[in-house]
Amino acid sequence: MALRDLFRPESARHKASSAGQVTPDSARCVQCGICSFNCPIGIDVRRHAWTGEAVVNSRCLTCGECVARCPRGVLRFERTDLFAEAAQ
Amino acid sequence: MTRHLILGTGVAGVAAVEAIRGVDANAEIVLLGDDPFGYYSRPGLAYYLTGEMMEKNLFPFATPDFQKLNIRYVKGGATKILPNEKIVELDSKSRLAYDRLLIAVGAQAVRLTVPGAELEGVVKIDHMSDARHILQLTKKTRRAVVVGGGITALELVEGLISQRVNVTYLLRGDRYWSNVLDEQESRIVEKRLKEEGVELIYHAELIEVLGKRGRVNGVKLLDGRTLRCDMLAYAIGIQPRVELAKEAGLAVDKGILVNEHLQTNDPNIFAAGDVAQAYDPLTGRSIIDSLWGPAREQGRVAGLNMAGRKTAYLKSPPFNVTRLAGLTTTIIGTVGRGRDDDLVGIARGDSETFRSLPDAIAAQSGFDVNRLRLLVGEKYLLGAIVMGDQTLSLPLQKIIAGHADISSIREKLLARDAKIADVVADFWREWAGGQVVA
Ligand SMILES: Cc1cc2nc3c(=O)[nH]c(=O)nc-3n(C[C@H](O)[C@H](O)[C@H](O)COP(=O)(O)OP(=O)(O)OC[C@H]3O[C@@H](n4cnc5c(N)ncnc54)[C@H](O)[C@@H]3O)c2cc1C
Repeated sequence: MALRDLFRPESARHKASSAGQVTPDSARCVQCGICSFNCPIGIDVRRHAWTGEAVVNSRCLTCGECVARCPRGVLRFERTDLFAEAAQ
Repeated sequence: MTRHLILGTGVAGVAAVEAIRGVDANAEIVLLGDDPFGYYSRPGLAYYLTGEMMEKNLFPFATPDFQKLNIRYVKGGATKILPNEKIVELDSKSRLAYDRLLIAVGAQAVRLTVPGAELEGVVKIDHMSDARHILQLTKKTRRAVVVGGGITALELVEGLISQRVNVTYLLRGDRYWSNVLDEQESRIVEKRLKEEGVELIYHAELIEVLGKRGRVNGVKLLDGRTLRCDMLAYAIGIQPRVELAKEAGLAVDKGILVNEHLQTNDPNIFAAGDVAQAYDPLTGRSIIDSLWGPAREQGRVAGLNMAGRKTAYLKSPPFNVTRLAGLTTTIIGTVGRGRDDDLVGIARGDSETFRSLPDAIAAQSGFDVNRLRLLVGEKYLLGAIVMGDQTLSLPLQKIIAGHADISSIREKLLARDAKIADVVADFWREWAGGQVVA
């Protein structure tokens, strides 16, 4: 393993999920900005994590870069039908 | 028009400003801070050290964001609070008047006091200026010694390794962070550090920093050993900045004592964040949190109260998320030492445990090491540590904070070789579903 790799969650699988939207759990966020910094199309994901709003942006590629890189596991893909499914 | 004065440009101060402005468009708000860099992510400093982030990206707010809040920002330090006159004095002998004052001046690193602590090359990580200083020094540093037992010390280790400095990490006891992690969790972290070339020395007590011509060139341990190094980095605790409050005659214990409305014993003065010791109506105790999330929430609640919206601060169960040697780790509720006898701890470390989890709660996954530890009470889950795969982190947070009755799965969880992750996931689906339906 190359030096430094260990300290980055890059080894974490990128999990693209077109069925979901990136949803923050604000209570976990420390506003470091790694998400915004790594977003390939420049969405300010950190601001979403501050306000608690899901990334509802038609430009979002759901590439999973922000989800994988966040050192605090703040972001997840949430299927909009999660609760409907869970209730069944 | 009410004049609000906020001391400190940290997250507590900024959250208070947002809250006040949210309910009062006209109030005068003055934000006073002595950090030349203003508001930035202090936790993010760790990733500035590893090189994952650049300095300019650590600022969550840009100028227009502050402009929208319509505040007056004054750079400077408060030196005295005069509660009777409702005045705060600054360095420059200028004064600011207030109707409502928020003290959100945070906490600072406890200073190392061993002989030699003043030598060049002895560093801590508290502010942006410290991070800059460390990064400047690493260019000519070949070996660093790191001391301190918690998360911040580990962040120093990781940062220095990333800057290609050889690191010796001194641990006082026989393993890393033993008051929170269990032995296996400590060993996971230590093993990963060793794989990165970190040298760990156990039962090591630093007693002196050695130097030559004003610069560090080694350290001395209690057992007589000396180690050569050109940097000593330490993170040995933090202390709330209570001096201003103390001098002003406010009630102070370890932090500034505040009631559930974040109000001090002077009704016009509030305190929030790392400096505040907040009363928790649930336990009847006053607690200092020293975490970003609670600091933000306290700032928000203090702001609302200052603006006349009476709001209680409700402390959530202990909750901390961090990254330990590359593994995202969530710590929920009671996990450390000193727990009740009727509490059973169970842990699973193989990644198999996580494979059959439902995709519906897709979170961070794909780590090479995953581990889950639950602290099972008679009727409730009392705590959990989730290392690596974070799929179960949010469900566990809700289950623990929501006091879900787990009697129905207790036996299953405690059965030998139980797939505890699956049991929790099944339980969560039913419980969360039931909650939504109800
Ligand atoms: C390296 C590092 C890593 C961290 N990692 C995490 C983490 O992973 N998770 C987590 O939850 N927390 C973490 N923390 C802690 C977190 O940063 C703090 O809990 C949080 O910043 C507290 O916010 P605050 O607003 O209360 O205080 P601070 O952020 O300390 O802000 C206080 C401000 O007041 C200013 N000030 C002080 N005295 C005066 C004065 N007399 N006059 C005017 N201004 C003054 C200071 O300059 C400072 O800007 C970390 C901290 C550090 C340093």
